[in-house]
Amino acid sequence: MHPPALKLVNVHKSFGPAKIIQGVNLEIARGERHAIIGPNGAGKSTLFNLVSGLYSLSDGEVQLNGAVISGKKPFQINRMGLSRSFQVSNIFANMTVRENVRCGVLYSMGYGYSFWRNIGNLKEVQEKTAHILEDVGLLDKANLPASLLPYADQRTLEIAITIAGGAEVIMLDEPTAGMSHSETDRAVELIEKAAKGKTLLIVEHDMGVVFGLADRISVLVYGEIIATGAPSEIRGDPRVREAYLGEEADHIEGEPA
Amino acid sequence: MTDMTTNSAALAPSSGEKFRERVLPFILFGLVLIVIPFFGPSRTTMTLLNHIGINIVFALSFNMLLGRAGLLTFGHAVYLGLGGYFCVHILNWIDAADGGFWGNLPVFSMPVFGFAMGALAGAVIGWPSCRRAGTAFAMISLGVAELMAAFAYMFDSLFGGEMGISGDRMAGPEFLGLSLGPLEEVYWFIAFWTFLGVVAMYMFTRTPLGKLSEATRDNPERVQFIGYNPTRVRYLVFIFAGAFAGMAGGMSAVQDEIFTPESLSLLPSGAILIAAYVGGIRYFSGPIMGAIVMTYMGSNLSDYTAGWLLYLGIMFICVVMFLPDWIAGIVFGFWRGIRSPDRGHLMGKWAQQLAGVFLLAIGIIVFVEVAFRWSEGYGEVWEPFGIALPHDAILTWIIGIIPFVAGVAVLRHVTRKQEEV
Repeated sequence: MHPPALKLVNVHKSFGPAKIIQGVNLEIARGERHAIIGPNGAGKSTLFNLVSGLYSLSDGEVQLNGAVISGKKPFQINRMGLSRSFQVSNIFANMTVRENVRCGVLYSMGYGYSFWRNIGNLKEVQEKTAHILEDVGLLDKANLPASLLPYADQRTLEIAITIAGGAEVIMLDEPTAGMSHSETDRAVELIEKAAKGKTLLIVEHDMGVVFGLADRISVLVYGEIIATGAPSEIRGDPRVREAYLGEEADHIEGEPA
Repeated sequence: MTDMTTNSAALAPSSGEKFRERVLPFILFGLVLIVIPFFGPSRTTMTLLNHIGINIVFALSFNMLLGRAGLLTFGHAVYLGLGGYFCVHILNWIDAADGGFWGNLPVFSMPVFGFAMGALAGAVIGWPSCRRAGTAFAMISLGVAELMAAFAYMFDSLFGGEMGISGDRMAGPEFLGLSLGPLEEVYWFIAFWTFLGVVAMYMFTRTPLGKLSEATRDNPERVQFIGYNPTRVRYLVFIFAGAFAGMAGGMSAVQDEIFTPESLSLLPSGAILIAAYVGGIRYFSGPIMGAIVMTYMGSNLSDYTAGWLLYLGIMFICVVMFLPDWIAGIVFGFWRGIRSPDRGHLMGKWAQQLAGVFLLAIGIIVFVEVAFRWSEGYGEVWEPFGIALPHDAILTWIIGIIPFVAGVAVLRHVTRKQEEV
């Protein structure tokens, strides 16, 4: 029996008197695709920042494959196999697309902080980089500066950097925010491909994406998870409908699942 | 696997491009260094060239921090100074030694010791200061520079007080037949280490650490989430920057044979900041160009006018305000321009801009020179080309104001036309 890929035990976070996360318990099995939904200000991004190590916990514990990761630094957590993306594009703006992805590849290939190797001669790094660029469809834009990419491509690059290190647990923070319909469809396709065989934790506002992608869904309201379950259970849960989904639930119900 | 290999091959620049962009410039640079002495430069020129070489290495090491890692420092001369002081001490140990390690050490190797000392200083000072970035880092570097200068003035036995410490570069055994006595031999010494330093610092930008330093400059937060500690990246880069500055210090110890506490102070730190910035911190070659131009101006402009610092200041402000890509930007822009199909049009634009700058410069120079002489109160009158220009003559004001206004008008006209296009 494997330990869960990600386990949150009684996680709390307060900023001064403001209690943002109030006792979240969550278990995500290996290979599961888990979505977190909830109204604005529910604490979804804060929860991401707690798990990935950007914020420290006020109370509770986070485990990655059975090992405690709360209290560790983000780069240590990343090395243990957890990688995340950001809600706003968080890329290396003055470097080319290829260099962006290459930076994401480096550590996992064991190159650390080395200053005695020419990066151009690291064959496996170049190949892995090219492979990822091809997978996400940015190969033809590889030599453009990242800041010149159109918005949707920057979001794609964001995901590419996130998966570049080959982490087992991938967390995506609103990967389709601000995208058009066709762009969203392409992003979902990419996420499905990238998350194959991995554990995925995703925050998303687009209910079509959430219900199409997730194995299980958790609903976060005012820093507490009020329901966790399969999409069909969540859709029917009266508390969820009351707290959050409202009209949108009716809308989703009309669609074939 | 085959398609992957072709992909990565298609992505990377071709070997021809690599040669043109990464090897050819260095071959040309090396050739220039070799050819220069055959023009028989005077002793003054030789000294100037040696100082340019030292400043090239120094400016590039500074840019490892500012341009490549996004770390602004006001105290980079500390590392040059400590490396240099260490080497002057070694010169004296070599001189005093009777055989043994020091007795057999050629002075030619001084930059290696400067490099080691600079790295050590960087490792010690960088440990606390690299925990912060941005403004805090800049302020800490300012404090460290002040501290080290004060420290140097206090400990006479180490730093020689205001007189500094001097050495003799002709001490010790010869290396490659160089006694390092005559300036031409010092030139070969400087040329060798300048070339090595430039190549080494270029190669550093191509290593994983060099790339990560750029990533940390762009986005330290994201660096944490690809498995790297930005503080560690900054610290390692800082050690290297200190080491190369120390190497420049070792070169300087041999060229000038003296180091004073002033060399650790804010003045040389500020000068190298200006040189790197004016040259262009976004280009690898920018600081090289900046070091050449600023060292030349610093040494030669003072022969022509007492107001040379004022001109340097005006130039710095103009570069920062109007030329976002600095000297390197102009050079590369010109190079791209003359090869583009649009070159006729561009040439016209540049000619207009050049004329505008020229007119503007005439106006400024007339005002500065006349004002200088008048304020000194010796009744001296500026006489360019035999025309007397006293401060109270109408002619002076005409020659000052008309070119100035015309220059501004021409430059504005060019800018406006550019915006319309």
